[in-house]
Amino acid sequence: MIEFLTIGLGHYLTLAAVLFTIGIFGIFLNRKNVIIILMSIELMLLAVNINLIAFSAFLNDLVGQIFAMFVLTVAAGEAAIGLAIIVVYFRNHGTIEVEDINLMKG
Amino acid sequence: MYHAIVFLPLIAFLIVGSLGRVLGDRPSQWITCGAVITSVVLSLVAFWQVALGGQPVKVEVASWIVSGTFDVSWALRIDQLTAVMLVVVNGVSALVHVYSVGYMSHDPHKPRFMAYLSLFTFAMLMLITADNFLQMFFGWEGVGLASYLLIGFWHHKPSANAAAIKAFLVNRIGDFGFALGIMAIFMVFGSLDFDTVFAATPDQVGKTFHFLSWEWDVMTTICILLFIGAMGKSAQVPLHTWLPDAMEGPTPVSALIHAATMVTAGVFLVARCSPMFEFSTTALMVVTIVGASTAFFAATVGLVQNDIKRVIAYSTCSQLGYMFFALGVGAYKVAIFHLFTHAFFKALLFLGSGSVIHAMSDEQDMRRMGGIYKYIPQTYVMMWIGSLALAGLPIFAGFYSKDAILESAFAAHTGAGQFAFWLGMAAAVMTAFYSWRLLFMTFHGEPRASQEVMSHVHESPWSMLVPLYFLAAGSILSGILFNHYFVGDGHEAFWGQAIFLGPDNNIMEAYHLVPAWVKWAPIVAGVVGIAVAWQFYIRRPDIPASLAKLHHELYLFLLNKWYFDELFDLTLVNPAKWLGRLLWKGGDGRIIDGFGPDGLSAMVLRVARRASALQSGYLYHYAFAMLIGVAVLVTLFYTSSGVGH
Amino acid sequence: MILQGITFYIFATIAVAGGVMVVAARNPVHSVLFLILTFFTTAALFVLIGAEFLAMVLVVVYVGAVAVLFLFVVMMLDINFVEMREGFLQYMPIGMLVGIILLVELLMVLGTASISPEVLATGTEPIPDLTQRQNTAAIGDVIYTKYIYAFQSAGMILLIAMVGAIVLTLRQRPGVRKQNVADQLARRREDSVELKKVQPGQGI
Repeated sequence: MIEFLTIGLGHYLTLAAVLFTIGIFGIFLNRKNVIIILMSIELMLLAVNINLIAFSAFLNDLVGQIFAMFVLTVAAGEAAIGLAIIVVYFRNHGTIEVEDINLMKG
Repeated sequence: MYHAIVFLPLIAFLIVGSLGRVLGDRPSQWITCGAVITSVVLSLVAFWQVALGGQPVKVEVASWIVSGTFDVSWALRIDQLTAVMLVVVNGVSALVHVYSVGYMSHDPHKPRFMAYLSLFTFAMLMLITADNFLQMFFGWEGVGLASYLLIGFWHHKPSANAAAIKAFLVNRIGDFGFALGIMAIFMVFGSLDFDTVFAATPDQVGKTFHFLSWEWDVMTTICILLFIGAMGKSAQVPLHTWLPDAMEGPTPVSALIHAATMVTAGVFLVARCSPMFEFSTTALMVVTIVGASTAFFAATVGLVQNDIKRVIAYSTCSQLGYMFFALGVGAYKVAIFHLFTHAFFKALLFLGSGSVIHAMSDEQDMRRMGGIYKYIPQTYVMMWIGSLALAGLPIFAGFYSKDAILESAFAAHTGAGQFAFWLGMAAAVMTAFYSWRLLFMTFHGEPRASQEVMSHVHESPWSMLVPLYFLAAGSILSGILFNHYFVGDGHEAFWGQAIFLGPDNNIMEAYHLVPAWVKWAPIVAGVVGIAVAWQFYIRRPDIPASLAKLHHELYLFLLNKWYFDELFDLTLVNPAKWLGRLLWKGGDGRIIDGFGPDGLSAMVLRVARRASALQSGYLYHYAFAMLIGVAVLVTLFYTSSGVGH
Repeated sequence: MILQGITFYIFATIAVAGGVMVVAARNPVHSVLFLILTFFTTAALFVLIGAEFLAMVLVVVYVGAVAVLFLFVVMMLDINFVEMREGFLQYMPIGMLVGIILLVELLMVLGTASISPEVLATGTEPIPDLTQRQNTAAIGDVIYTKYIYAFQSAGMILLIAMVGAIVLTLRQRPGVRKQNVADQLARRREDSVELKKVQPGQGI
């Protein structure tokens, strides 16, 4: 019991892995709208951040945290642009349902 | 001079064949006729020098194939046999050329016709002046080609095309045997030169070679293979089926090729190879039996044919049979003599029938002729002369040659010879019968043609009649004049070394010593045949019809040529077609095309269509695919490098 | 120790649950809210591990900016409530299979991995003792000296993202009348005023 409660690197990494898989599921299991896809991407990036922070703590290295900060930056920028695209797409097509976005068919 | 004889027709063919349309009709005719007539004159000179003067000549032209021990060159061999053939071939060819000017006057393709005639003449000349087997084979194939081109001359007629192909194919079967014979000769003798081979023949007698676990006699095998070639070219049973159908070609073609020259090439071959045949009694016996059977068979079929040209065609086939069984009993010189005379009267008969057809506005069925002897008297007289010569009545040419053949068959005193003699006698009766049947049906009786045809009946132009005169003169005189030289007392001096007679062969003397009834029998047979024909077609014209009805199956059997064509169709043609179709549709179509081009392309299409379904356009599908890829890669990496447990 | 463990498990569970609900929620607004929950719990986990600066940054940036942006867009667009379509079930088995395979492999790697002692000793930027220097200050020490270029370019990226978002969604409405000050100032008397001789009683 004690071993379970002693939180080690592995626990954090497991958590990150689970969140990552959930994010992946979210990408292709959703049938509702495209925003869910963007949120799943955020989830995946979050899992990566957890990984980085966990390693930084257990390897006693600040670089991990700094890198996580930059990941955060990029994630924010990407979310903004992604949402802008969705808004414009919605303006042109009137729908953001996943089934209807198949212009790349062929 | 000898070069000119052989190559003038070739030059004429090349000029007219390539430039005929530019030159026009008249110049084409002048060039070809001029070339062949010049050849005739030179041939007569050659005949005078070589045959009557007794000086055979050998002229080298060029070297052909030199490959290891295989050395063949183009050379002209003019010995007595060749000289005789030169006169026949060039003479008949020249007359046919002139005749064609008149006969084909309504045809739009005159230059092509004249060119083909010249081509044929050249090929035939190559054949008879050959000094080695390969050159003879070249001429052999050349005449086959010319025959195909000329039979199918009116190529818009499907029946003509079919007949031409049939002629070529049946000939091919014979040619295959001939080619095998040539190869056997090379294998055994190491050379294809006539002189070399003939000199070495006595050493090969009695030798055998091993094939398929049997021992085969060398000389017999070679001779029989060569004879198979002769059978194909000279329309002997069973390779005779092409000859009647070859009548699809224009009448001058029938006269030239299928009466006087090409079909006699087989006879010429056996006579030329007499030094080899004399050493194989088996082969000679085969020749005799085949020839006699053909003579009889063709005569029976000719009894009931209704197409005027077909009657004469079967008559040719029958007379060729005569020539062959004469060869078979060792009487080569008699056979060549008959070839010589037969060329004249058979060409006369054909060209005369052409004249009749021309007069009857292209009608060829004798049942629609009759009662025209008053309108075309010259043609009528010509046909009588030809028929009398054919029947072998005294004075006319056939009397000397045909009777000599029958006497030789009797004098051979072999089983095959007797067989040949009796069949030949039966054929003689039938020959006379159907020849006069032809005359009576065509010229006598009530006119059975329409009023319009009868009003157009006219005598032929002089370009068609003059050749007939020449041939008639030959039919009458050639027997009397040349009997002495060919088969009479001067035969040894005349022939020299051209024809070889074995030490046991004394047929040339023996045939004069046959009993009297044998000498009279052919004449009696001829008269009997004429009398019966007169009875059937002049006095009581109802007899033929009632006889046909009484013996209906026999009549049909004869009318359908003993059902040979149907037999061949069933056993050979249909299986071949079936095999061809199987290989084409099944083999080529399904298997090769199916797996190769068609199948491959269809498969590519299918795979591509399925693959394109992956491009759905949905982003999450692509993400899914990427994910699967990641999973697969990681799994592979994991299991291959053995990381972890 | 025990408290740490229990806390970790609680927060981790909530994070995972939140993640699942993000994907599975019917209402998109609910999805965003669950995402916010996940972010919060993750921030708590970060605090637990000693990276408090990043935890706060997570809350401020992710929750405060990104998630709010999501909410804006979700509520701005006309999004229908949609039941889960049938196709979901069709993909579920293979999706589950692939996901589980991936998860298992990730865990296998984690299970067999071990950290060598040298790495522990020689880090690029060793974390100073928390009692001597706070986490924020420690990060600031490094980020403004050694990683200044990365820092500045991160700023650039954000700027570009901002501009990009505006450019993408900007649209000119037709018929909107705006001031063009330069034109106003460049106006000349000749272009705008004209004297006309008017005859009495005629009008213009």
